Amino acid sequence: MTEPVAASGIASLAWLLLALPAFGAAVLLVGGKRTDKWGHLLGCATILGAFGYGLALFFSTLGLSPEERVQNVHLFNWIDVNALTVEFGLRIDPLSLTFVLLITGVGSLIHIYSIGYMAHEEGRRKFFAYLNLFVAAMLLLVLGNGFVTLYFGWEGVGLASYLLIGWYQYKPEAASAAKKAFLMNRVGDLGLAIAIFLMFNKLGTTQYTEVFSRVSEFSSAEVLAITLLLLLGACGKSGQFPLQAWLPDAMAGPTPVSALIHAATMVTAGVYLIARSNPLYNLSEDGRLVVMIIGGVTLLIGCIIGCAYDDFKKVLAYSTVSQIGYMILAVGLGPIGYALGIMHLLTHGFFKAGLFLGAGSVMHGMNDEGNIRRMGGLYKFLPITFVTWTLGYLALIGIPPFAGYFSKDAIIAAAFTGEGWRPWVFGGVALLGAALTAFYMTRLLILVFLGQPRWKDLKSEDGRDYHPHESPLSMTVPMIILAVGSVGGGWFLSSGGRLAGWLEPSLGELKEEHGVISHGMVGILTVVLAVVGAGLAFLLFGRGKQPVERPARVSFPVRAARADLYGNALNEALFARPGTWLTRALVFLDLKGVDGLVNGTAALLGGSSGRLRRLQTGFVRSYALSMLLGSIFVLGALLVVRFS
Amino acid sequence: MTWVLIALLVVPLVGALVVSFLRKDDAKAKLVALAFSVVELVLAVLLWTAYKPSSGERLQLQFGVDWIPAFGVRLSFGIDGIALVMIAVIALLIPLVIGAGWTEKLPAGRSQGGYLALILVQEAVTVAVFAATDVFLFYVLFEVMLIPMYFLIGGYGGARRQYAAVKFFLYSFLGGLIMLASAIGAYAMASDELGKGTFDWATLVTVVRDADATTQTWLFLGFFLAFAIKAPLVPFHTWLPDAAAEAPIGVTVIVVGILDKVGTFGMLRYLLPMFPTASKNLAPLVLVLAVAGVLYGSLLATGQRDMKRFLAYVSIAHFGFIALGIFSFTSQAGVGSVSYMLNHSVSTGMLILVIGMVIARGGSSKIADYGGMSKVAPLLAGMLLLSGLTTLSLPGTNSFVSEFLVLIGSFPTQPVYTIIATVGMVLAALYVLWLYQRVMTGPLRGDALVGAAAGPGAVGDPEKKTAIGDLNRREIAVLAPLVVIVLALGFFPQPVLDVITPSVGATLTEVGVTDPVSVQEGK
Repeated sequence: MTEPVAASGIASLAWLLLALPAFGAAVLLVGGKRTDKWGHLLGCATILGAFGYGLALFFSTLGLSPEERVQNVHLFNWIDVNALTVEFGLRIDPLSLTFVLLITGVGSLIHIYSIGYMAHEEGRRKFFAYLNLFVAAMLLLVLGNGFVTLYFGWEGVGLASYLLIGWYQYKPEAASAAKKAFLMNRVGDLGLAIAIFLMFNKLGTTQYTEVFSRVSEFSSAEVLAITLLLLLGACGKSGQFPLQAWLPDAMAGPTPVSALIHAATMVTAGVYLIARSNPLYNLSEDGRLVVMIIGGVTLLIGCIIGCAYDDFKKVLAYSTVSQIGYMILAVGLGPIGYALGIMHLLTHGFFKAGLFLGAGSVMHGMNDEGNIRRMGGLYKFLPITFVTWTLGYLALIGIPPFAGYFSKDAIIAAAFTGEGWRPWVFGGVALLGAALTAFYMTRLLILVFLGQPRWKDLKSEDGRDYHPHESPLSMTVPMIILAVGSVGGGWFLSSGGRLAGWLEPSLGELKEEHGVISHGMVGILTVVLAVVGAGLAFLLFGRGKQPVERPARVSFPVRAARADLYGNALNEALFARPGTWLTRALVFLDLKGVDGLVNGTAALLGGSSGRLRRLQTGFVRSYALSMLLGSIFVLGALLVVRFS
Repeated sequence: MTWVLIALLVVPLVGALVVSFLRKDDAKAKLVALAFSVVELVLAVLLWTAYKPSSGERLQLQFGVDWIPAFGVRLSFGIDGIALVMIAVIALLIPLVIGAGWTEKLPAGRSQGGYLALILVQEAVTVAVFAATDVFLFYVLFEVMLIPMYFLIGGYGGARRQYAAVKFFLYSFLGGLIMLASAIGAYAMASDELGKGTFDWATLVTVVRDADATTQTWLFLGFFLAFAIKAPLVPFHTWLPDAAAEAPIGVTVIVVGILDKVGTFGMLRYLLPMFPTASKNLAPLVLVLAVAGVLYGSLLATGQRDMKRFLAYVSIAHFGFIALGIFSFTSQAGVGSVSYMLNHSVSTGMLILVIGMVIARGGSSKIADYGGMSKVAPLLAGMLLLSGLTTLSLPGTNSFVSEFLVLIGSFPTQPVYTIIATVGMVLAALYVLWLYQRVMTGPLRGDALVGAAAGPGAVGDPEKKTAIGDLNRREIAVLAPLVVIVLALGFFPQPVLDVITPSVGATLTEVGVTDPVSVQEGK
């Protein structure tokens, strides 16, 4: 870990990164309807401005020697009470800069895409205000120089996500999904908060610099506790097991939101948190093992459920859950995996955002239809979308030389290192995941773009015919740019250890270990399994006519997958229903029990409950009663004082 | 600058007198009352500048005259940082309460003049309670405070107002009497020790704090019961939901937003310094009640069907946090609790005012009578959300700072209670967002709303008249200062924390505890 130096030059203006999007959000929210005409342009301009500044900052940091690349920008002391000082400051280092470019870069593309996508929405400026708010909060999350500023951004993106998931407020399912997302995130935040308390208790500080330089003062039990609590936070934000259920529901929001927040940036914050806290995770092998287990379990859950869904965006959502599982698995590997996790995060940011924008483009051209069984053969009607989507698809399933191949293959190879059962289990799970990913993504490709057009004789929910058409330029250009990233990004970032070397001041050196299977062998296996998975999907869905209604009589695994592997049912049975009953019982108790006891006592003192009613109107009588009681207490207390 | 404190006590009383002569002229009464309350606010700002937090003086701007010399009772006043922030927030909320109730209909036969005179009397007495430095005077004001409130709830409230008013009065009055017994006990000790009785707070503290544990315990319990009822802590809370539900909305702001702070203020000013041994011995009892209050209040808030009762239970949960911070005996937690008292007044005050605006439109306080309101009143929906977010302590809002300080400060001494209380964070998100969801989102529901929105061209069309509109200018003017304060204190809380920290530090010195987490070298 490189120690930070005080920021100088262009880096001392880094507050602009937060101020620009926050300013946009404030103007749009306070200005209201007056900003209707130009609000979306202001939103885009502020994010593009932040991106421009971020690029300048990136290149100026690149010009510094690696020892000078971690800089601290002190803004002001936020909360300062005796031993506790919470600084509001920024840490400019390779890790945070990488995220700045991802957030503002993909953010800019998605802002531009939204101009077209949201063109017919009433109150489009409010949408841009929320998007700007999100970018500001997300930048604070990655730039903050302590755990409390991280928490600030962490809850801030939660709010933005809540607002945007619930964008279609009049739809009850959107409002429910928004609340569910915020709640499940708060469960995770609980872990983050308690981890912060533990740090303050032991070290008297919550700033990265001090915490990381003094990690050796923690006992191993404390380190384990902190790493697990931080992991709980990561699970909430990143939709990892057991807090994964909110993410698919979050697809109730507009598609640009799904692309930016629920695929490319916010949901990867958990990976950021663990990578950022690497000095803590380095100390706890057990903590990292739990991280790997969570990652492995989640990546399988995501793949399995992804195979069963018929909703375009929900399949992609479960794919996100599963891909973040890969990243969590990677950072759980420790020094051999942190940089790999971040690399997959970046390539995933490109191709998954592209896949979502493609889905949005399809739905935009299909009367907002999301059911893939009502699609088919769309490649002819949306050629640009088809091509860009397919490039993203190839990147996701890990076909060389597309981006995902480099990042995922590296993680799988790293998972095969270690001793005993671990490499075989984690490596095996990661390989199996690769095959399943190819299967469900190919199913999606076939049902949407290839095969028979099943929509020709159907009408959409509002009774209109489908007239699929390509989207306007403001939507296709961002898709094309993201597709370029999906093609070349992986090679660019991995060749010569470019990304890992750049991240070294933040994450330490990327260690390499020899696995139980050679890296070359893993590469071959990954591709072969992906091809097998894709081929299987072609065999199952590529021939003959697919039914428009989804088959009701299916085997148990498919039923379980359709029911989210009973995750929601479990939440319902364990928390929601007992909670409801407990609350009802308490409300009853409070009225009849606690209050009844009080009223009953009063009634008893007054002689009978019948008198209570008269008592209530008789001020004097109650006064006398109180005086009597009070006098008894006065006497009692005096006696105690005198005789003790 | 002592005159500022005197003026703060006198101005609202004069205002009340003037307004009470304007019972025939509602419009003039409102203007005059507002003018007096604004003068009071200006005085409070002056008081803030006159108070020197770092001077090391425990109580400042002191003055007094003999009242009952035979018993050594004096009319003496003075403030510390804790009293200062409470006085400031009262002075802030009263003009807003008057502004928010500008067009409210009072029960038949009641005049604005009478109502506003009572509000101003309430303001004067409440300021006096926080400023009193004589224990007997504090007791008297503690009870006198109930009288205007009794008439405000009983005279201007809803259907069950008589019941609620008497219940409120009985509860607090009883608690007060028991406190009187303890105060007399302390007086007796002083006369034994000093040869001459006194109720002077500073003198009593030096006498009583060395008393043996048993004596302290009994005296502590007398004061504690009064404060636990006032605060309110579970299970002494049942007067609050009734009072909050039956009072007119402005009075609900005063009851929930201000009056109950006297309880936690009393804990800090009287329990801790006067009975340090008992405070430490009985801390587990208070902490159990505090944490129980957090969970109980949160769960009950989730289960309420009435918005005003909902507000009461939210406050009960918040008072659990405040009591937790006070009885964890660290400076961070203590400062957190005091700033929580301030921030709770601001954010709950805002939440109550916004819910009042919702009720003014829908004509019902039942949650089930609403739905999809954001369609017809988006700005109102935004305000409900913002006041809800500060209620659930989102970072960036004022309440986060205090809740964070309470929890991070309590953790070193009380890790178990702190972790349990932290669960309250999740429950807060649940009850706030669920309320918002039921009232503001989904399809338009409820007689009042659908009636307005289903009419020709009703939805979101400012050209056409609808029965339900968005916030008007008066309402925006009432809420705007609160929005500014919520965000300003969320990002820049330090000026307030700087005022509170020395007083909390002095209190903890009086208890005889030091922070477990000490200042790091090089800071």
